[in-house]
Amino acid sequence: MPDDTTTAKAADPALVHAVNVHKSFHGNEVLKGIDLDVRRGEVVVLLGPSGSGKTTFLRCINQLESIDGGRIWVDGELMGYADKGGTLHRLTDRQIAAQRRDIGMCFQRFNLFPHKTALENIMEAPVHVKGQSREQARVRGMELLERVGLKDRPSAYPAQLSGGQQQRVAIARALAMDPKLMLFDEPTSALDPELVGEVLDVMRGLARTGMTMIVVTHEMGFARDVADEVVFMDGGVVVEQGAPRAVIDNPQHQRTRNFLRRMRAEQEEFVHAAAALADIPVPDPGAGGAAR
Amino acid sequence: MSTTSTQDRPGPIKARPVPHPGRWVALAVIAVVAAMMLSSFLTNPRWNFPFALQVMNYKPVLNGLLKGTIIGTVGSMVIGIAIGVIVGVMRLSTNPVLRGVSFLYTWFFRGIPRLVLMGILGSGLGFLYPKFDIGPLPFSQQLAHALGLHGDLTIFTLNVNQFSSTIIMGIVGLGLSEGAYMAEIARAGILSVDPGQNEAAQALGMAPGKTMRRIVLPQAMRVIVPPTGNETIAMVKDTSLLSALPLITELYFQTNAVGTRTLQIMPTYVAATAWYLIICSVLMVGQSYLEKYFGRGFGAPSKKAQQKLTKIGADH
Ligand SMILES: Nc1ncnc2c1ncn2[C@@H]1O[C@H](COP(=O)(O)OP(=O)(O)OP(=O)(O)O)[C@@H](O)[C@H]1O
Ligand SMILES: [Mg+2]
Repeated sequence: MPDDTTTAKAADPALVHAVNVHKSFHGNEVLKGIDLDVRRGEVVVLLGPSGSGKTTFLRCINQLESIDGGRIWVDGELMGYADKGGTLHRLTDRQIAAQRRDIGMCFQRFNLFPHKTALENIMEAPVHVKGQSREQARVRGMELLERVGLKDRPSAYPAQLSGGQQQRVAIARALAMDPKLMLFDEPTSALDPELVGEVLDVMRGLARTGMTMIVVTHEMGFARDVADEVVFMDGGVVVEQGAPRAVIDNPQHQRTRNFLRRMRAEQEEFVHAAAALADIPVPDPGAGGAAR
Repeated sequence: MSTTSTQDRPGPIKARPVPHPGRWVALAVIAVVAAMMLSSFLTNPRWNFPFALQVMNYKPVLNGLLKGTIIGTVGSMVIGIAIGVIVGVMRLSTNPVLRGVSFLYTWFFRGIPRLVLMGILGSGLGFLYPKFDIGPLPFSQQLAHALGLHGDLTIFTLNVNQFSSTIIMGIVGLGLSEGAYMAEIARAGILSVDPGQNEAAQALGMAPGKTMRRIVLPQAMRVIVPPTGNETIAMVKDTSLLSALPLITELYFQTNAVGTRTLQIMPTYVAATAWYLIICSVLMVGQSYLEKYFGRGFGAPSKKAQQKLTKIGADH
């Protein structure tokens, strides 16, 4: 039944409906049949070791990578192809660009436009992709800057902002297109530890407004508090998925357990190292585990 | 460790700077050489600077400067940059036909010396195609004949000899040649832009063409402008090749003509040199402004931006 293209339309509550997604790079199969449904308003956290294909899967959803097998629907629309009576026709670059307008993406390395100010970064797509008036886009841009806590820095260039500020501008830039879905690829992993919190706070706020989000992150605290569903990937397949409590605190699969143990060890090591530097006593590793 | 009292702690540094005896020696040597040159300028009457100044202001020389050298440089650089950006973008296209065409273009026009190209365009082209018929189809004349039509399907006839030795032909020729060099510069500039920029724009739903125009090229300009300045300055000098078209309203030909007529060869060279140096100096100033403009948002902020920043106050 998931293979039946006609049933994947409007009535389906899933905003993202990915079925049997395969992707290879030069014969190296990176995604080996991913199935994932994300309902409207849901926050899904993707976990998994390095190289497990998390980034690749996110990029397939908005067609930054084309897929070799399976199908991905976003809001009932088949991504990258037109299905004409059972035959798939590849969409043109322009048509694919149009499909991406409703999907926001935030990158590990922010990728703000360095030659434009914070506000210009946010206004770029509404004006030049959606055709909004500059005035309208400016007003909305200032609103969004306020929402991410940067209303006093509209004319700063990215190079003049800290990593955390840049990532918040990047989130505002994506939101300016009024996306139905937001994709986050390790949005905090390029940040200094003291800047992680401000970005996660913005993302928490976004989740509270009911935004549908798929988030690749190693921030267990965020996954535990915000995620409706945690998906653990390894070797290009989904190993385990479910409520955060179930997957993080009571993993069923050995691979998940190994990964989580390694993550905890790393974070503890980090806490110790940071504590040693700051010359403060290490708190007892209590029930919270890797809390942030 | 912490037993030192505040009085013992070292205060502000008042050290002697590193001595630079080499700089003073160099300055002395250069001053002597400069004085020697000056004395030769003043005492050797063959320099004849007053005459050189006269040549610089001589009407045909000024005419050649404006209509040949300056207009030639501007025109050929405009064409060269336009072709260069298009060919450079084509070179990076996913379309293999466009890639091939751009490779052939660069290969051909980078391979021919400009002097030879001037000769070909000035004399050769007019010999091969005195009249250039532009029709809708290849072989349109033969086709019309075969079909028994009265007309020959020609839409437009260009009389090549009419402008084969004009500045238009010169600009076209130098522009075509420049396009090949600019294509390589544009390609390097585009490749210097972080691929993440392209992806960020695509993720926002921007189509590829617009992404190139609005996001990638403006950033590539930072890398493209300095070598383009070089190319422009080289072009100022290469306009002297226009005389091979032959086109004589051009700075070097005109000063030279005065020299051969008056037998005052060296002063006319001085006049030409002075004009070339003046133009290049102006261009260098323009280049530095362009570099500042396209460098915005990169590296150290400008003084003005820095003041603004301190006024806003460092939050974080
Ligand atoms: N463009 C590409 N060309 C070739 N191989 C690629 C490409 N992109 C990704 N890969 C490979 O695909 C595999 C999965 O990469 P991916 O970036 O999706 O992993 P990830 O789960 O996001 O890892 P990480 O946690 O390190 O970000 C890796 O082995 C990577 O080398
Ligand atoms: Mg990744």
